[in-house]
Formats: sequence, structure tokens, C-alpha cells
Amino acid sequence: MKKSGFYRNAGTFLLFGGPSLLAFAAVVVVPFLVGLYLTFTNWDVRTADHSVVGFANYLHVFKDHVFLEQLWFTLKYVFFTVLIANAAAFFVALGLTRGGKGEKWLRTGFFTPNLIGGIVLGYLWQTLFSQVLPYLGNKYGWPLFEKSWLTDTNTAFWALIIATAWQLVGYLMMIYIAGFSGVPQDVLEASAIDGAGRFAVIRRIVLPLSVPAIVICVFISLSRSFLTYDINLALTKGGPFNSTELATYHIVQKAFLSDQYGIGQAEAVVLFAVVAIIALTQSYLLKKLEVES
Amino acid sequence: MNSRTLASILKYSFMYLFLIVFLTPFLLIIMNSFKKTQQFVDNPLSWPERFRFGNYADAYENMDFLHGFMNSLIITVSAVFLILIFSSMTGYLFVRFKWKLNAVLFFLMLASMALPFQVLMIPLVMLYGNADLLNMKSSLVFMYLGFGVPFGVFTFHGFIKGVPYELEESAFLEGSSRPRIFFQIVLPLLKPVFVTLIVLDVLWIWNDYLLPSLVLLSPDQKTLPLSTYNFFSSYSVDYSPLMAGLIMTVIPVLVLYLFLQKQIIKGITDGALK
Repeated sequence: MKKSGFYRNAGTFLLFGGPSLLAFAAVVVVPFLVGLYLTFTNWDVRTADHSVVGFANYLHVFKDHVFLEQLWFTLKYVFFTVLIANAAAFFVALGLTRGGKGEKWLRTGFFTPNLIGGIVLGYLWQTLFSQVLPYLGNKYGWPLFEKSWLTDTNTAFWALIIATAWQLVGYLMMIYIAGFSGVPQDVLEASAIDGAGRFAVIRRIVLPLSVPAIVICVFISLSRSFLTYDINLALTKGGPFNSTELATYHIVQKAFLSDQYGIGQAEAVVLFAVVAIIALTQSYLLKKLEVES
Repeated sequence: MNSRTLASILKYSFMYLFLIVFLTPFLLIIMNSFKKTQQFVDNPLSWPERFRFGNYADAYENMDFLHGFMNSLIITVSAVFLILIFSSMTGYLFVRFKWKLNAVLFFLMLASMALPFQVLMIPLVMLYGNADLLNMKSSLVFMYLGFGVPFGVFTFHGFIKGVPYELEESAFLEGSSRPRIFFQIVLPLLKPVFVTLIVLDVLWIWNDYLLPSLVLLSPDQKTLPLSTYNFFSSYSVDYSPLMAGLIMTVIPVLVLYLFLQKQIIKGITDGALK
């Protein structure tokens, strides 16, 4: 009796858990472990020969000025993207809290960029930055737009931020709207329309009450923008002169164009550690704010 | 009219104005996709003299649109179907059978959700490349299954926890088998979770570029985002067909959005709040 119970349980386990656990193990668990091992070897793609090299790859990563510069570039990009996308989403959400018929269309509209994949989104903005804005700049004599933003490192940096934030705003807006449900309706109305005392209301009442939503939104926008690849590839392709390569772009190049799997993987692990540390620290710090207020 | 209604009208006029500005990039691309490239370069803000669909025919042919569309469709539909079936079954297993092993596996899945794709892509390509499993749609579908299962199991687990066992008990006493109970009694109750997951997974897989770009190498396997990339890399000066190609890539999802906007918005927000 006991034995048949065991077999029946094993059968249930294999039937209900088998396929998904197999895929999970083969796609996530094994590659993760192999990946960790990979960072300690000098794997050569062509011969598949390798030997263990200890921490040499990690040392290489921390001595590689190009990668460190790109990591710093990524950090700056993430900082401004998170700041701009969240500020914009917060204020758009404040204007759309009543949920009437007219608001439904507005919410739907602001959300639209989220349906577009990063590749299409990047090319859409590439066309705007390289063709439409220079046309306007030359026609009306606006020096800011006379040259394509994508030909200069500084302006290409902002182009990346604008394109990424454009997509994030509608998504974060939805979370802020859901998060405002704990704030009294008349307070929200006042903070959306009243002129006098408006910012005091936002700062004293709305902001403290929406800390949980802010934590989620900053977390999401942070981890998403840290891992940006598609927009980077389609909008700037790392250029001009490899000056706008975000971390993921660099890792893909390192691994699949220069065939340096071990170093590429070590870079990926470092990137993951950086994202995890920053994301968890911000959650911890912001949550403390909630308790105090 | 009191000042409150006036203020509210002002607010909404401002919001609509802002929305139009916000969507200008998109609207400009649509408008210019109907013009000749020369007209676009001369003045990107002018209204098209007449609506030319030639760019769309051009893009359709040169992108090999139908091929990419069919590849994307096959991959998305089969991957999402497999994710839903298998992760609902596993979610059920983890809720109803409180074995130590299940608790450990569930914890592993939750923990894995913190891993970004970037940490897995190099060993993934290496392992599957060595085993000669790259360049097949079925490999890509299998990978999406593996990446999609943790979030699927997590979502189903949360929902099935709230389903009372009494519903299944009587069927169990009558001698129905587990699979039968699951498919006849439990599965129909999971509809809201299905909608959420379909929305999230379809948008993710349909728009994904990096994974298919690493796995699908030959031209006849390409999905739509890959065709878009190729089209732009090789066509880079003839803007009008390029813009038409962008719009064509977006249209399938846009149509879906028109019919399912409530579910899509709800699905995405729920997914974020979990």
C-alpha cells in the first residue's frame, strides 16, 4: 500500500511538474551554474578547450577601462531615465485619478508606447532624431536641433534617455494610478488643479502616501533601464565611435563578436551584482521613508 | 458654470494636448509612411499629397514580412500555450502537494526571477550551440518555456491557493483521477490568470529581439523584430518604406490592444504589482 502510494505520487509529480521543471532546469538552472563556472575559465569558442584561471576574468573586468567607462555611462543613463520617467509618470497620473470615460482614453493613449518593441521604438526615434528634428532646427534656426542628436556623444546620451523614458512613462503611470487609491479623492483633485498650495499638498500628503508605489516604480524602471539593449542597438548602435554603448551592448559584443565568453560572462555577473545592489538599496532607503512619515 | 467645472475642463484640455504632443513621434511616422522619401526629406511636417500605399507594398516585399510574421506567430502562440498549460499544472502541484521537494523547487523558481537574461545568455548560447540545437524554432520555444515558467507558476500558485479544496474533494471521492480533476474542475476557474499571463507573455515574446537574434541565425527563421532590424541595416537611406515597415510591425499588437485594452492594461499592472 505504501509503495503504490509512492509510485502514484511520483507519477503525479512527473506529470504535473515534469515538463516545466525540465525546461526550467535546462534553460535557467544549468546555464546559470555553467555561467558561474565559465567566469573562472578561459573558454575558447573555436576549440572548446579551456582551463581554470581563477579570478583572472574578474580582475580583467575591473581593469578594463572601456568596460568601466561604459558601466559609468550606463549608471548616468539609468539615473536620468529613472528620474525623468518617474517624475513625468507621477504628474500624468495625478491628472488621471478619477477614472471617468474621458480619462480612459487618456490612459490608453499614454500607455500605447508599451506595445512597441525596443527595436521598432529605437528606429522610430532614430528617424525623428536624424531627420525630423534637424529639419526643424535648420528651418527655424534652432541651434539645438541643427545637427542630428545621434552624431554627438552628449546629445545621443539624451536621445537614449528620451526614447527609453517615453516608453516607461505610460507603464509607470498605471502603477502610480493604482497606488493613489489610498489617497483621499479631494486631496488628489486639489493637487491636480488648484494653483495655491498645490505643491505643499503633493509634498505633505500625496508623496508620503504613495511611497509604496514609488518603491515599485523606481525598482521597475531601474532594473529595466539597466538592462536596455534593443533601444541602444536600434537608436545609436553604440555610436558615434562606440561612445554610447550601454553595459548589455558591450557584453553582447564581447561575447558574440570577440568570442570572449569567460570575460563576457564575468561582465554580466558584475552587471547583475551592480543592479541587484542598487535596486535593493533604493527599496530599503525608500521604505524607511514610509515608516518615518 | 462654477470654478470647479471650469478648472476640470481646463485640466482635461491640457491633458489631451499633452497626450497629442506625447504621441507626436508615432503620428509623424504614420503620416510620413504615406509619402515618397523625397517628400519626407523636403518637409517631414507636410501632409501627404495623396496617400501612397506603395511604401507598404515595398516594405512588405523587402522585409519578407509574411515570413517574419508567420515565424513570430508560430513561436509566440506555441510558446505561450505551453507556458500556460505547464505552469498551471505545476502551480497546482505546488499548492496541493505540500512536499519538502515542492517547497524547495518553488523557492528556486521564485529566486530565479531575479536573474536578468544577461547572466544566462552566454552559457545558453554556448550549451545549445555545442549540442547543435541552435537555429530551430523549437529550441527557441523551449527556451521561452523555461524563462516563462517561473513567473507563470508563481502567478498560478497565488491564485490556486485561494481555490477551496472542497470543490475537488467530492470528485476525488467519486474516484476521478488527478489530471481529470485538474482539467475539468480547476482549469476553468483559472481564466482571469490566463488572461493576465497571455497579455504579458505575448507582448514579451512578440517584441523580443535579443534571444531570437542569438538563437535564430538563418534568414528563413527570422521573427518580425529580426526582419525589422535587417531591413533597417540594409535599407538605411530610403526612409518611407522603412517607416511603413515599422508601422506594419506594430499593427498586429495595436489591433490586439484595440480589442483587449482593458485586459492588457490590467494584466500589465497586475504583473508589476506582484
